Amino acid sequence: MPLRPIEYVAAKTVQEAVTSLAEKGDAARPLAGGTDLIVQLRGGRRIIDRVVDLKAIPEMNELTYNAQTGLRIGAAVPCYRVYSNADVARAYPGLVDAASLVGGIQIQGRGSIGGNLCNAAPSGDTIPALIAHSAVAEITGPGGNREVSVEEFCTAPGRTVLQAGEILVAIRLPAPAANFGACYMRFIPRNEMDIAVVGVGASVVLNGNTVTACRIALASVAPTPVYATAAGAALVGKEATEDNMNAAAEAAQAAATPISDMRGTAEYRTHLIGVLTRRALRIAIQRAKEA
Amino acid sequence: MAISKTHVRTTLNGEATEYLCEPNQSLLEVLRDVLLLTGTKEGCNDGNCGACTVNMDGRIVDSCLVLGVEAEGCKLMTIEGVATPEGLHPIQQAFLENAALQCGICTPGFIVATKALLEKEPSPTEARIRHWLAGNLCRCTGYDKIVKAVVDAANTMGGKK
Amino acid sequence: MTTVGDKKYKIIGTRPIRHDGADKVTGRAVYGIDYHMTGMLWGKILRSPHAHANIRGIDARKALALPGVHAVVTGQDLPVAADREVEAGETSLNYMHLSDNVLAGKKVLYKGHAVAAVAADSAHIAEEALALIEVDYEVLTPVLDGREAMKADSTLIHPEQTIKALAFRFDPGTDTGVKSNIAGRSVLKLGDIDAGFKEADVVVEREFSTSWVHQGYIEAQNATALWSSDGTLTVWNSSQGTFNQRQLLAEILKQPVSMIKMVPQEIGGGFGGKIPVYLEVPAAMLSKKTGRPVKINMTRTEVFEGTGPASGTESRVKMGATKDGKITAAYAELVYEAGAFPGSAVGAGAQGMFTSYKIDNVLIDGYDVVVNKPKSAAYRSPGTPQACFASESVMDELAEQLGMDPLELRIKNAAGEGDRRADGVQHPSMGNLECMERLMASDHYKSDLGGPNRGRGVASGYWGNAGMPASCSISINPDGTVGLAEGSPDIGGSRVAIAMMAAEALGIAAEDVHPSIKDTDSIGYNGLTAGSSTTLRNGWAVFEVTNQAIALMTTRAARLWETEPDNVGFADGVFFSKAEKELKLTFKQLAGKLMETGGPISVAASVAPRGAGPSFTTHLVDVEVDPETGKVDILRYTAAQDVGTMIHPSYVEGQVQGGVAQGIGWALNEEYFFDDKGRMLNSSYLDYRVPTMLDLPALETILVEHANPDHPFGVRGVAEISVVPPMGAISNAIYNAVGVRMRNLPMAPHKIVKALSEKNGSK
Repeated sequence: MPLRPIEYVAAKTVQEAVTSLAEKGDAARPLAGGTDLIVQLRGGRRIIDRVVDLKAIPEMNELTYNAQTGLRIGAAVPCYRVYSNADVARAYPGLVDAASLVGGIQIQGRGSIGGNLCNAAPSGDTIPALIAHSAVAEITGPGGNREVSVEEFCTAPGRTVLQAGEILVAIRLPAPAANFGACYMRFIPRNEMDIAVVGVGASVVLNGNTVTACRIALASVAPTPVYATAAGAALVGKEATEDNMNAAAEAAQAAATPISDMRGTAEYRTHLIGVLTRRALRIAIQRAKEA
Repeated sequence: MAISKTHVRTTLNGEATEYLCEPNQSLLEVLRDVLLLTGTKEGCNDGNCGACTVNMDGRIVDSCLVLGVEAEGCKLMTIEGVATPEGLHPIQQAFLENAALQCGICTPGFIVATKALLEKEPSPTEARIRHWLAGNLCRCTGYDKIVKAVVDAANTMGGKK
Repeated sequence: MTTVGDKKYKIIGTRPIRHDGADKVTGRAVYGIDYHMTGMLWGKILRSPHAHANIRGIDARKALALPGVHAVVTGQDLPVAADREVEAGETSLNYMHLSDNVLAGKKVLYKGHAVAAVAADSAHIAEEALALIEVDYEVLTPVLDGREAMKADSTLIHPEQTIKALAFRFDPGTDTGVKSNIAGRSVLKLGDIDAGFKEADVVVEREFSTSWVHQGYIEAQNATALWSSDGTLTVWNSSQGTFNQRQLLAEILKQPVSMIKMVPQEIGGGFGGKIPVYLEVPAAMLSKKTGRPVKINMTRTEVFEGTGPASGTESRVKMGATKDGKITAAYAELVYEAGAFPGSAVGAGAQGMFTSYKIDNVLIDGYDVVVNKPKSAAYRSPGTPQACFASESVMDELAEQLGMDPLELRIKNAAGEGDRRADGVQHPSMGNLECMERLMASDHYKSDLGGPNRGRGVASGYWGNAGMPASCSISINPDGTVGLAEGSPDIGGSRVAIAMMAAEALGIAAEDVHPSIKDTDSIGYNGLTAGSSTTLRNGWAVFEVTNQAIALMTTRAARLWETEPDNVGFADGVFFSKAEKELKLTFKQLAGKLMETGGPISVAASVAPRGAGPSFTTHLVDVEVDPETGKVDILRYTAAQDVGTMIHPSYVEGQVQGGVAQGIGWALNEEYFFDDKGRMLNSSYLDYRVPTMLDLPALETILVEHANPDHPFGVRGVAEISVVPPMGAISNAIYNAVGVRMRNLPMAPHKIVKALSEKNGSK
């Protein structure tokens, strides 16, 4: 159905965006790619009076990589810019996996990583990848600036830690360690264009064949994306073997509270967590070895 | 609440174009119902079928998920901008020669999406073609002849025919 | 020069560019959804949120008070329609039900059932107005399962409905007087089923179920209507049958047919779903009330919830064969959910299953059952995909138990000319066996599967195809080109095929025939763009008009040469004097002389052809199953089909490929998810998952040209049947790959994982 009447504000600075959003509180939403927001407005799932377009704000469009300080992705940067960047592709393969999977080429031409995070869907493909890459959300609001790790950013389906008037300005990913590898994969019934039934983001740092760091995060298996700390911990200090990966996969299954809905049953989702965690770990480990 | 119309200036199919629209009108609505350029089609209105594909500043996007007001200052290309006064574009010709359309409703979206691909990657593999065009649904053809048309067009445009 | 059998053709069998091609690749073609008129109002439909409820009252005052709103109509504004059946090509329709379906009367019978319609200055305002219409519903418990609905103690959706006993597909039926949600029971009998099973050494009996699916055409339903002050009603829309829709509108609106004109626009897909009327009725009524043209387009959600998807079904199939592989008996019980009103395609399904084979003893017991879901409409070989999914899986099990190759089993039992369908109709000459044999000889069949968890499956199918009347006219231009007017909307390339047949008959180039599709005032009666019949029946009409045109031109040549018409011949596009060899005129040359020999020539003809020529097909598919996730990838697919004489081979092949793609979607992922209140949960292309380009391999075809002996150009219907075998073939391939039989559609990944874990006895 068509959108309700709304106001459109094209903010030119972060401050202008914050002020314009704060004026309306819950009745205003920021607009980056629009690929989630416009669908929600049309479906009556969000009822607002104003959209605040962030795409003209320079900080929101920044995509800078530095081998020492890492990657900074402005909140409005669309997926295609992320995976088209050679530096990013080399250093952040898990993120590139995810950005390449969101919707199809048309969606990736508009939809932003920041928007995917702020939309806070349990199934958001980029979120487990960001967690695997230890990403941090940079937030600005009426009260000033703050940072929240991505694994703490989403609080419930569609809800985040952002308070009234706060917006996400950028996402920061630390420079990866040597021998770092990451992977995001998801299961969908077709080959593209579906919401993840289950998604797994995994990253490892290797010392020889020993895993010295491991982060595993899950999509579509809880009200928010899950940072499965016990699953990652299960591999730290261990050899990268199938048995050890299995143990991590089982811990990942234990960390999830999937529901049954039309996209999958709880049993099936639990089963897939095991399958995809093993597969994602194998690729992350392979990439770490090739790094 | 009375929302007045916004005056938007864009470049559309190479020409400076202005229109008035309300903020809650999508670019797709503007193209079809305000500018009466009905070549771009509505199939689902929620970004899942690609029938509304247009080229916006060099990227293909679903125009149902772009607000008309967001096109301010942008360069847009729609299906109406693909052919020239000299004739059909090689992609359009290839679609016809390969019978890559049956009802034809998805065809504008496919052609705009294909043009963006071939301008970026002149010799895509079949796998890459299928990946690039996965966001364009066709219910009539089973896609087989569309893929052949894209390969054919790539050969023609690359001069390798 | 193309050769089909003993016929040689110059134009038929070539691949000219379609005449509407330039418009379609440039975005200039006007589809129904694109149509605009000055002064037009926009309409929207208010739909029931409940699957089953009484309407106690509708109050539209607040909506009417909204600035920009011009009118509201409800079912109360409709005249009372006749409780009368009419045959409508693929299925039969009852006018009272159709009227109730387009705007609910006293009850709503499915979520999405149209309740009211609004006309306003813009679609946005119309949408806002919907929210202001107050409907007082008395919610009732919905009936949501076919077998439950059949039970004697089930709530009756239509309290006065009784079971009709039907002996064949379009039988009006005998009223049994028994009140039930079962609207019809069709029993098809051939031979003696008990004797047949006694003869069998091997018997397989299984149960199957299939989910509701949608045709998935990408252009939504649409209608623009203008009810003029002189009482004439004009409707511009996308249509699969303008004359049929005109008749339906005449009955529902109680207007004479002569006061209604349907003007078909280009159509963005239909597959049977655009045969009925939906928006045309409220658009017309709103136009009558406002005196303005009114346009209504459906949204995608409305298409899923408010048009005619294909029935969900349950079936039980039992087949028996002797140990040397002769099938001796075939039995099926079919339960088809018709949706809110009677008229599922169970009769057509019964007609199509088992029909690829010669079986002397057949019993099919088919139930048409109403439930609180959308009223089903035709979808490409209606009813037969669901039935053949079941029968082709049982065939596979029979083959396995007999130790026979499944394709060999089909070849051994292949139906041929003179063999009978279960309803007794005999097959004409056709290429059923040839398809199977050519498939067996194919590279695909001989190739190695090449890996673990890979399997191969085979399935056959049948579809009867329709005839239906057609009319066309030609007018000869002085430059030797020909205007060809026809009346069947072109949904997939029929326009070029019809033009090619005319070109062939007249000995001119396909580009020299200019086809156009006319409105119902400008051309004679045409049947539906459905039933795989458009090219066939318009071929007959073309045959008639070109024969007549040639006869008339012959007299003109005779006049020029001062001889009798009997002394003038016509062959290969040339008129010649039989007596004097030097006297010759090409079609083009003679066309330039018409004015001086008596005036312009134009000819019209109407035909009602018989001899439609059924379709037979056998498909082969290779799949790979990921046993950990249950995902099925289609590796290779070959469809072997008897396509009769191919007029334009590219568009014939395209139809075969398109049906295969739909069948693959139906097999693997497509389904309606209903909640326990009967509401569809996945009414978008996000979660109603049709195949994308990335989900399919190249689709190979073996096109057997077994010319239809009952058609002047050998044309046989081609366009529907390829959706029939894929589900059975894929189910059989999955079994071949990983050893589990999937008997429920869709064969979704989670079901395969579950079946595998049950088979392996592990978690």
